[in-house]
Amino acid sequence: MLELLWLIPALPLVGFLALVCLKPAKSLTALVGVGSVGLSAAAAFFVGARFLSSPPPGHTYRQTLWTWIRLDGLDAGFSLYLDPLALVMVLVITGVGLLIHLYSAEHMIEDKGYRRFFAYMNLFVGSMLILVLADNLLLLYLGWEGVGLCSYLLIGFWYENPSNGRAARKAFIVTRVGDTALAVALFLIYRHLGTLEIQRVMAQASIEWPVGSNLALAAAALLLAGAVGKSAQLPLQTWLPDAMAGPSPVSALIHAATMVTAGVYLIARTHVLFALAPAIQAAVAVIGAATLLVAGSSALVQRDIKRVLAYSTISQIGYMFVALGVGAWAAALFHFMTHAFFKALLFLAAGVVIQALHEEHDMLKMGGLRRQMPLVFLTFLAGSASLAALPVITAGFYSKEWILWAAWSSQQGSPWLWAAGLAGALLTSGYTFRMVFLTFFGPTRPREIAQPGLRVQVPLVLLAVLSVIGGWLELPGPMGNVHFFSDFLWGSLPAPSHLHGSPSTELFLEAVAAVASLAGIVLAYWFFLRRPGGTEALVRSFLGGILNRFWLAGWAFDWLYDRLLVRPYVWLAEKDRDDFFDQIYRGLAWLNRASYQGLSLTQNGQVRWYAMGMAVGAAIVLAMVVFL
Amino acid sequence: MNAAFYLAAAVAVIATGMVITRLNAVHALLYLIVSLLAVALIFLLLGAPLAAALEMILYAGAIMVLFVFVIMMLNLGPQTVAQERAWLRPGIWTGPAALGLVLVVELLYVFVTGDLGHPAGQAPVAPKQVGITLFGPYLLGVELASFLLLAGLVGAYHLGRRTHRGGSGGQVP
Amino acid sequence: MTTSVPMTHGLILAGVLFAMGLVGVLVRRNVIFILLCLEIMLNAAGLAFVVAGSRWGQADGQVMFIFILAMTAAEVSVGLALVLQLHHHFKTLDADAASRMRG
Repeated sequence: MLELLWLIPALPLVGFLALVCLKPAKSLTALVGVGSVGLSAAAAFFVGARFLSSPPPGHTYRQTLWTWIRLDGLDAGFSLYLDPLALVMVLVITGVGLLIHLYSAEHMIEDKGYRRFFAYMNLFVGSMLILVLADNLLLLYLGWEGVGLCSYLLIGFWYENPSNGRAARKAFIVTRVGDTALAVALFLIYRHLGTLEIQRVMAQASIEWPVGSNLALAAAALLLAGAVGKSAQLPLQTWLPDAMAGPSPVSALIHAATMVTAGVYLIARTHVLFALAPAIQAAVAVIGAATLLVAGSSALVQRDIKRVLAYSTISQIGYMFVALGVGAWAAALFHFMTHAFFKALLFLAAGVVIQALHEEHDMLKMGGLRRQMPLVFLTFLAGSASLAALPVITAGFYSKEWILWAAWSSQQGSPWLWAAGLAGALLTSGYTFRMVFLTFFGPTRPREIAQPGLRVQVPLVLLAVLSVIGGWLELPGPMGNVHFFSDFLWGSLPAPSHLHGSPSTELFLEAVAAVASLAGIVLAYWFFLRRPGGTEALVRSFLGGILNRFWLAGWAFDWLYDRLLVRPYVWLAEKDRDDFFDQIYRGLAWLNRASYQGLSLTQNGQVRWYAMGMAVGAAIVLAMVVFL
Repeated sequence: MNAAFYLAAAVAVIATGMVITRLNAVHALLYLIVSLLAVALIFLLLGAPLAAALEMILYAGAIMVLFVFVIMMLNLGPQTVAQERAWLRPGIWTGPAALGLVLVVELLYVFVTGDLGHPAGQAPVAPKQVGITLFGPYLLGVELASFLLLAGLVGAYHLGRRTHRGGSGGQVP
Repeated sequence: MTTSVPMTHGLILAGVLFAMGLVGVLVRRNVIFILLCLEIMLNAAGLAFVVAGSRWGQADGQVMFIFILAMTAAEVSVGLALVLQLHHHFKTLDADAASRMRG
């Protein structure tokens, strides 16, 4: 059964090829597009079931498909590697991906790029699966680039609008910075360790590189840079809010559930290298903490519902980075899983709202939708509750709480990280329920609303259910002590070292986190529902106004990068407009034109001139024949 | 008899010179006819009576008459003469004359240095022989020539039509 | 009635006539004159053929001359028809007037 592993990435790629080459009609397109991911999910289910019931030796399974590159010293095969970490990723990607594809079958039905959409989505799922199943870094990089390409294609899906194209290019270029760092990391690793197979890299590194050595620091730092780019963390987070220009299913799949978590996966996969570079691992946590605060505050003042969700994604991935930074690898993966559920749900539901209101994104123009779209409201509420980590009943609570506990108690943790996480939790529930109250509560405006069909309702409901019960895989010690998840992952990711702190501390901290989450909800209620316009006074005040504009612009990173990087570069390019190489090409063009103009003088249209030409030619040829 | 050849040759050359320098079309035409007759005489002297006869009948007789008709149709009057005078300034002769000279020199070089001194015209070639050769080895050429003449006929008819519409001629449905 | 002129002289005559016809084509601007000078050139070529044929005493020279004659006839008829069209169009017989296919 485990031999079916290769089908998991292959089926979506086959779907992509079928959609591109065979060009089926609309009904068949949906069947192929959703079906390929569905079959992949089925294969993942069977493989996972077999893996759980009778695990292979060492909890790893390797399947080599063919040899990709074999040079002297570099032997990279197309080989897949399955272990608990990869299995978790695969199940989430295919499961959530299937639901999103099903949703898109109805959501995108009016779009004339329907087939193109499903082709890109299938290609994306295939690339992401290659990324997570890759046995060596080169194959991982292939998947990495593939998802970057699909992200660009799908953000700029409605390419007729130039601003969508700009957003897509911005995403691609900013993540390129990270991709370049990742490539350099690959070079470095290959040069010094002699291999690119991930498991062998980690084994060699622990032998050859002492803890804290320069090479380990360099490799880890470069990998971190790659992860930061793809996962939209500080300082490369500027592309994600603009990426909301793409359709909502794209935002759900790529920019919430899967691609942006590729960085988290990368760090988790190469955790040995990070363990060998403690300074970099600490940097991971710091970056995560800073990001979650920056993004959380920015989300608080946004008007576009999707931008709120985008900043929220950045913030939640910051949590995952914090978990990675303190060594709680399993906690990061758990939060990834629950985040995939509720964030995808939120994006899909937001997509339904936006489409029902005829592409209205501004929350201040919404309101009172809970009576007009009850199912969407309930599922959105479930997802928001999970995001805000509503105590006990939501999955988000358990995953976020695990991270906060690890931040406090792990040897690499610190109270500052915990405090940042706590402040972030307050912000999270604040902006989340601001979003809920603005969109679904308040006075209802008279509108014509088409209710979503079954293909939209089923994914929403399923994801809502998962957002609630998904947390029961891992309950903290004082609350049930269920450890399915961390036990499962124990094979591939070590537990955080030396938790200090007793169960009573853990319970106390959980209570504090719960209070923070509820406090956020109450504050949102007070400011945005109870006294509508209550924030107006705040915004009109001097400090409030500045803060509002600052946070609205995402802490002005775009402005900073524009002044710091873009303008000098453009200035330099302008100055270099007419250098030596340009003159060579210009000279060629000039030569071409000059000779054309010169030769065209011989075509003056006069018969006698042509006769003269012929006669002269005859004389010359005769001379050549006679005298030579 | 050689003297007759050189005399006829001189007449041909002089007449040709007159053809290319006359201002009046009809004058040039008449001088050309003289030149053609001189060449016909040369043919006769070289023992090619059929060629001589055909030259006179077809060339001087038919083709030149065609030219006469066209010139008459076009009604080239005194303005044409004035026009020609304006166009034919002495200066424009230099280039083509030089070219012609170069060509003649090259040809002379070929003729003089080659082994071409054999006398021509010693045995006359009778028309009967020409006929046999024409419809023997050169039969294909005869057929091709008939194609050519048919094409010329159709082309001349088509191009010579006066279209009743104005504007660009030759627009045939 | 035949002579025994060296072939060279006959060919020189043909060459001279041809060159003069060529000069005429290049110099004259009136299309009628150009066609006339063209006739001179064709005639000179025919003369060369006949001279060569008579040197060898074979009929091939005259046969070629007949073909040249046929070709000339066809060419003249079509050419004069074109001259008529030219005159009808441009109201002039200037060869330089029909120079639209330039550049």
